[in-house]
Amino acid sequence: MKAKTTDKIATAVIYGIAGSVALVLAAMLAFILVRGLPHLSWHFLTAQARSFEAGGGIGIQLFNSFYLLILAMLISFPIALGAAIYLNEYAKPTVWTSMVRTAIEVMSSLPSVVVGLFGFLIFVVKLKLGFSIISGAIALTFFNLPILTRSIETSLSQIPNLQREAGAALGLSRFETVIHIILPAAVPSIVTGVVISAGRVFGEAAALIFTAGQSAPSLDFGDWNPFNLASPLSPFRPAETLAVHIWKINSEGIMPDLSLVSAGASAVLIIVVLLFNFSARRLGTLLYKKLTKS
Amino acid sequence: MTDKSQELKPVSDFIPEKAPERYIIPMEDDKHEIALSTENLQVSYGDNLSLSEGDLRFERYKITSLIGASGSGKSTFLRSLNRMNDGVANVTGHIWYRGLDINSKDIDVYEMRRHIGMVFQRPNPFAKSIYDNITFPLTRRGKYTKAQLDEIVETTLKQAALWDQVKDELNKSALSLSGGQAQRLVIARALALKPDILLLDEPSSALDPISSAKFEDTLLELKKNYTIIIVTHNMQQAARISDYTAFMHQGKVIEYDLTRKIFTRPKVQLTNDYISGNFG
Repeated sequence: MKAKTTDKIATAVIYGIAGSVALVLAAMLAFILVRGLPHLSWHFLTAQARSFEAGGGIGIQLFNSFYLLILAMLISFPIALGAAIYLNEYAKPTVWTSMVRTAIEVMSSLPSVVVGLFGFLIFVVKLKLGFSIISGAIALTFFNLPILTRSIETSLSQIPNLQREAGAALGLSRFETVIHIILPAAVPSIVTGVVISAGRVFGEAAALIFTAGQSAPSLDFGDWNPFNLASPLSPFRPAETLAVHIWKINSEGIMPDLSLVSAGASAVLIIVVLLFNFSARRLGTLLYKKLTKS
Repeated sequence: MTDKSQELKPVSDFIPEKAPERYIIPMEDDKHEIALSTENLQVSYGDNLSLSEGDLRFERYKITSLIGASGSGKSTFLRSLNRMNDGVANVTGHIWYRGLDINSKDIDVYEMRRHIGMVFQRPNPFAKSIYDNITFPLTRRGKYTKAQLDEIVETTLKQAALWDQVKDELNKSALSLSGGQAQRLVIARALALKPDILLLDEPSSALDPISSAKFEDTLLELKKNYTIIIVTHNMQQAARISDYTAFMHQGKVIEYDLTRKIFTRPKVQLTNDYISGNFG
């Protein structure tokens, strides 16, 4: 066969494979959106869920998902940032460093249900935190930490060594160089990584079933004192998230409009995750432009 | 044709029968003001000794070029002079600067590098504005008023021959500058710290000929106030701008002399071979 023909066939095959991957994704998205979108309304997004009658919403679950996400990010981001700075800027290739790296690899491949059970035994039972937002946030931190660390580390390693040399040659210490030169230059790519991992965390269910719990007690949105259990900000209340809600009603829901609620909630979940992913890149590019222009 | 081949090696006639293997120009203290000198400097990576350099003295307010083939140790030598090889290679011996051995452990390396600045082969401006690139290293160590900073930015950019091109857009990102402009900004940034000595590691190799020519003019201007040591691959450049030239080969300085002597009457056969293009 002529090289040209082989090349054409190979190109066609590769395009076909890539196309079928995209097609599967598109089909799944279309299925979920077509089924769920008609059910979406302001009422559905804000109302309380109902267990026995039709017409319930996902308001509290949606709020819980975002609140848990923010708490988990607040805990995991500083730790991941520190670990990534250590690994990329300070660590020398020693046995200790390779142990840390292996630990991160292992953590990132832990099934999330295992993370959830671990969180249940340690935080919910042993530390008596109960099914609560704080237990869930810590479990999500375990789940999120390795991925976030690696993503920040990659962002830092993309900053050329010339920048570190420039800092050193100007009499800046390594710490000053990292904080004032390397980190700012890496911000666009770090932000992209954080938002993408936020999308992953938002959709996580298995790690939360046994930690943040499967019930969504009604909240008093007029009470913003985090120490009151009815307050939306209380970290010690049980909090079923959107992803857990979908799992829950599909496995044991008894409301008559069960499939509609499930379809609507799934559509909301997918839309939020997609928004995270798209805005991640936009945000990164925007920040980079801001950094390099004017 | 015969004329031309003779033109290519005009210097070989001057090499005497029994040429020395090395020649280092003596610089007596009473005749030359010495800015920096080395003593038994050795650099090794792991177990490999990559540079073993005897004693070199660099005269104040002069430009000294380091020339030699790739891998001859020029950059290694230069980077050792302000401890940029710390943590990369093992450097032993002494580097004398104002009566201090700056290669000793108790030297504040960060402070020392503010006296002995360095500019690298590829321009490395920070991802900050042109203005902040110059002022940032300053404000990390001292207090300056806005007026003082403005003045420093203006003088250093003028010294680096960049002021006229950027004076109206000082808040623009330094990453938007062209290669030649960025390299001059990096020079201005180094100058803002008012160093005594500037180490330049092939600073114009990434520049086009026009930028490079401007850059050389800048160096000649800077020589009035700074001691400059420059590594260059470009022998014409060394010949044009430097007062002294050191030729390095396999980790050793083979010949160190006045530039005009190196390029017209080298004392060592190896130097002659190198500058007449017989190797390297």
